[in-house]
Amino acid sequence: MHVPDGFIDLPTSLATGAVAVGAVGFALRRSDRELAVAGPALPGLVAAFVFAAQMVNFPVGAGTSGHLMGGALAAALVGPSTALVCLSVVLLVQALLFADGGLTALGTNVTLIGVVTVLVGYAVTRLLLTATRRWSARPAAVVPAAAAGAFVSVPAAALVFVLLYQIGGTVPIPLATLTAAMVGWHLVIGVGEAVITAVVLSAVVAVRPDLVYAVRDRRRTLVLDDPTTPADQPADGAPAARAGGDGDGHVDGLLGGLLGGHEGEAVARPARPSVRSARGLAGAALSVSLVVAGLVALLSSARPDGLEFVAEALGFDEAARDSAVAASPLADYGFTGLGAVGTTVAGVVGVAVTLLAVWLIASLRRAGSSGAGAGPERATASAR
Amino acid sequence: MGPDGLLVARDSVVHRLPAHGKLLAVLGFVVCVVATPAGSWWVFAAQALALLAVVSLARLPWATVARRLTVELPFLVFAAVMPFVATGTRVDVLGLSLSEAGLLGGATLAIKATLGVLAAVVLSATTGAAALLAALLRLRLPAAFVAIAAFMVRYVGIVAGDLRRAAIARESRGATGSLGHLRAAAGGVGTTFVRSYERGERVQQAMLARGYAGRMPELRAVMVADHPVPAGLLWCAALPAAALAALLAGVLT
Repeated sequence: MHVPDGFIDLPTSLATGAVAVGAVGFALRRSDRELAVAGPALPGLVAAFVFAAQMVNFPVGAGTSGHLMGGALAAALVGPSTALVCLSVVLLVQALLFADGGLTALGTNVTLIGVVTVLVGYAVTRLLLTATRRWSARPAAVVPAAAAGAFVSVPAAALVFVLLYQIGGTVPIPLATLTAAMVGWHLVIGVGEAVITAVVLSAVVAVRPDLVYAVRDRRRTLVLDDPTTPADQPADGAPAARAGGDGDGHVDGLLGGLLGGHEGEAVARPARPSVRSARGLAGAALSVSLVVAGLVALLSSARPDGLEFVAEALGFDEAARDSAVAASPLADYGFTGLGAVGTTVAGVVGVAVTLLAVWLIASLRRAGSSGAGAGPERATASAR
Repeated sequence: MGPDGLLVARDSVVHRLPAHGKLLAVLGFVVCVVATPAGSWWVFAAQALALLAVVSLARLPWATVARRLTVELPFLVFAAVMPFVATGTRVDVLGLSLSEAGLLGGATLAIKATLGVLAAVVLSATTGAAALLAALLRLRLPAAFVAIAAFMVRYVGIVAGDLRRAAIARESRGATGSLGHLRAAAGGVGTTFVRSYERGERVQQAMLARGYAGRMPELRAVMVADHPVPAGLLWCAALPAAALAALLAGVLT
């Protein structure tokens, strides 16, 4: 979805250019220390990977194929700062060498494909990882989380494009039509992005889980807290070899069996992050609901007369209804006649219901697991 | 893609111009094109003529240029949809009810996008990737950013080769690309990420072993030096100047 020259007018392009320069500058500064240690070769190769992976056509079914945008995937793999730097390098080189995406639209493209997909994708990924920590602390949990992030990131970028087009678009298109067409189509693309991201990530997690930035805090460090018995020392190497092979929770089970008498210590460690994650979950959920509310408010204020637009478009034109609107899953959503207030209320109610459901499940889960104890359960789950 | 990028090797005036001048010229040209009001057909025609003159000065094969223009096809489809979905007064064209503003805007978009892509094609076909990177450095982009871009340009061909070999291996084992083989296809991509990352680590270690101390050797040595730079910059200014003149003439008359 590279935007070419001329789609967005100059002032808006300048504004998005400023956003892009600011974001990339911030990301460069943030990854400055990493760059000093890792050098430019590592991000350069990650950028080359993103570039090459965008050229791979994946079978999506029904004879069609899709390709990756890669924002959420890169963010999960190497972290948001490096991912943003890598993606903007890719976009710059594509614009300069491959004429893909206009030069004046470079800021817009970096904002859409870089900033928005990386931020949204990574935020959703981290949020889900935090929220599901009590169910699974394994690195493989990043697969569904990043898939959800990838799924959300694509229509989010489409939404921001719609917003930019509304500000600086050169042809008057009814907002509802554009939104329905763009978001509807990109929901489909988002499904493909999510599937590809999930399968690529699961392949990486299976081989080198330590390379996945989003779960870097879940690395299995095979250091025993209390290596008093010398018998533990030689045994240390065996689980290390196995962990290198499959890289999921086997180590936990093995360690649990090895430690035996130290069970109290082994159980206490996973219990601490779950308390912290409950607080993190609440904060993250609150911030996301705020973001969602902000987006909804933004959208509803951007179209004070959205329904008039729609009526006009529908009254005038058969083609618009057939081509752009009818095919999209959001068609009914936009035309229910709720209006801006209804949409906002619906959004807030949805967020509240979701929060309530999560809280209920979490408390049920806590009630269930407090009797059994977290340690043995984790051990059996991972030793299967 | 090698270190030369998409360079079409020719000995022409345009090829010899300094890379940063050409980069600025293309940027200035595209800005003028984007600033041109919708429906100023004569201005667009003059700008297109100026750009086509550069293409013929650069002695680029027209077939190659036309083939590289195809990257904009998806957005041309978007522009073609505009007459159907835009608002405003309607006109009947061949029995279809089309929006007047949509027709005007769609045609303008198609022209602007085509001119922008053509300008970028000329830039990439007359300038090697290394020269472009040096130009970015000269235009004061952060050195770390340009260094990453340099590594990307250097290694993208190798990573793409890895991916291609993974695809050949997959297909030779019977997974030829229907939906059921998605896992195999993505597995190859995941493995390629791990290989790329590990290659990056090895490259970094090799650099450290050879005395890399946090700064890349100067890219400036790549700069094309046989053309006196101030004169070259003047020549580069011709294209955006022509576009600007056409724009001003169109707006004032």
